[in-house]
Amino acid sequence: MAETSSITAACRALLLRDFRLLWRRRGDALNPVLFALLVISLFPFALGPHPDILGRIAPGVIWVALLLAGLLSLDTLFRSDLEDGSLEQLMLAPHPLALLVGCKILVHWASTALPLIAATPLFATLLYLEARALPVLMYSLLLGTPLLSLIGAVIVALTVGMRRSGMLLALLALPLYVPVLIFGAGSVMAAAQGLPHQGALLLLAAGLVMALVLAPLAAAAALRIALQ
Amino acid sequence: MKPQPPPPAGPPSLLRARGLAFDRNDQPIFGPLDFHVDAGEALLVHGSNGSGKTTLLRVLAGLLQPSRGQILVRDAPASAERIAQTCTLLGHLLGHKGELTACENLEFAQGLFGRRADIDIEQALFDVGLAGFEDAPARQFSAGQRKRLALARLLLVPAPLWLLDEPYANLDLPGIELVNRLIGQHLERGGAALVTSHGAYATGAVRTRTLYLESAREPVDG
Repeated sequence: MAETSSITAACRALLLRDFRLLWRRRGDALNPVLFALLVISLFPFALGPHPDILGRIAPGVIWVALLLAGLLSLDTLFRSDLEDGSLEQLMLAPHPLALLVGCKILVHWASTALPLIAATPLFATLLYLEARALPVLMYSLLLGTPLLSLIGAVIVALTVGMRRSGMLLALLALPLYVPVLIFGAGSVMAAAQGLPHQGALLLLAAGLVMALVLAPLAAAAALRIALQ
Repeated sequence: MKPQPPPPAGPPSLLRARGLAFDRNDQPIFGPLDFHVDAGEALLVHGSNGSGKTTLLRVLAGLLQPSRGQILVRDAPASAERIAQTCTLLGHLLGHKGELTACENLEFAQGLFGRRADIDIEQALFDVGLAGFEDAPARQFSAGQRKRLALARLLLVPAPLWLLDEPYANLDLPGIELVNRLIGQHLERGGAALVTSHGAYATGAVRTRTLYLESAREPVDG
């Protein structure tokens, strides 16, 4: 009698819709990159243009700038869907909410973190990062930023029911971001000094695998509570 | 375990509530309610503002857990998936994206919920009087047109039971007639509808039963 919707069709429809929305609001897409660029360019102003100092702090500065840029864009993850009722429709769909939430996190990561990662070689040049550390920086960001998005999504889902949750979101998310930052920036620091860096990257990868499984489930449960 | 009443003879009801009640912070919102909705009939839920109509619909749709009582879908205990396949909710929030066109909004609904075999997006838009607005962004729609777009979604998705929360709000007279006509056609196809209203309109010439929600929380099933 009817075409029921399959899980793949639902995920495809959600991804298509969110990427379409991104394209329609593409003016906003560069904002995280510009924000990170501004934060990074503040450091030479504050510390003076000394290549040795800047090169030493570059891994940490780049990681913190990208982390904050991601945090600022996190609040929009479920906000508009909550306000216009799309989130209700996602919950009413005959599909696991965790999977749909996972799709939304994927879009968020692709739209905020990927442009930042693409701009990272420029950031590295601005801060005189050692050339041999750049590949490690890219690997650490490719493993670390999805982890940040996944952890952040759980916190956003918990706070989405509140009106002005921006500051609370940062207060809850930043402590959870600390381990990711330690291993992410740590691996680049080690590489810049010629030390072994694989261990930190492997820990990031392990964290990412765990968050990929658990974070969408937790975020979905939190969203159901937020809508009660 | 209390003994369950024997299942009634005849085809199973699409949706049946047994002693359904919902409390918020220990304050009763509605219930306990006993009612059922069969295929081919409309259940009109009347009640003043604050009598719990919207909450009732959200409980039936599975967005809220009932505090007491039971919901049966086709006389089997309702799981989230069975509810999702049987019910579709039209609430106060319509779930449109203003940046997307009418067609794109319906494509999303179709991907999420599936599609009835005898209708496509163009036909659904035509049926609700939005022909010619396929590629207009939903942002430019008036409140009434947005409601019509939401009605097009109901036509498109395969769920047989429509949970309609104040479907007449924001609609002009032809729009109200349209809602009644769509409900009538849906019931003829073997669907059912549960319609809340604060009492201004009737659903027209369809098999209708009425459930009165009173602020005193004393329901009358008639």
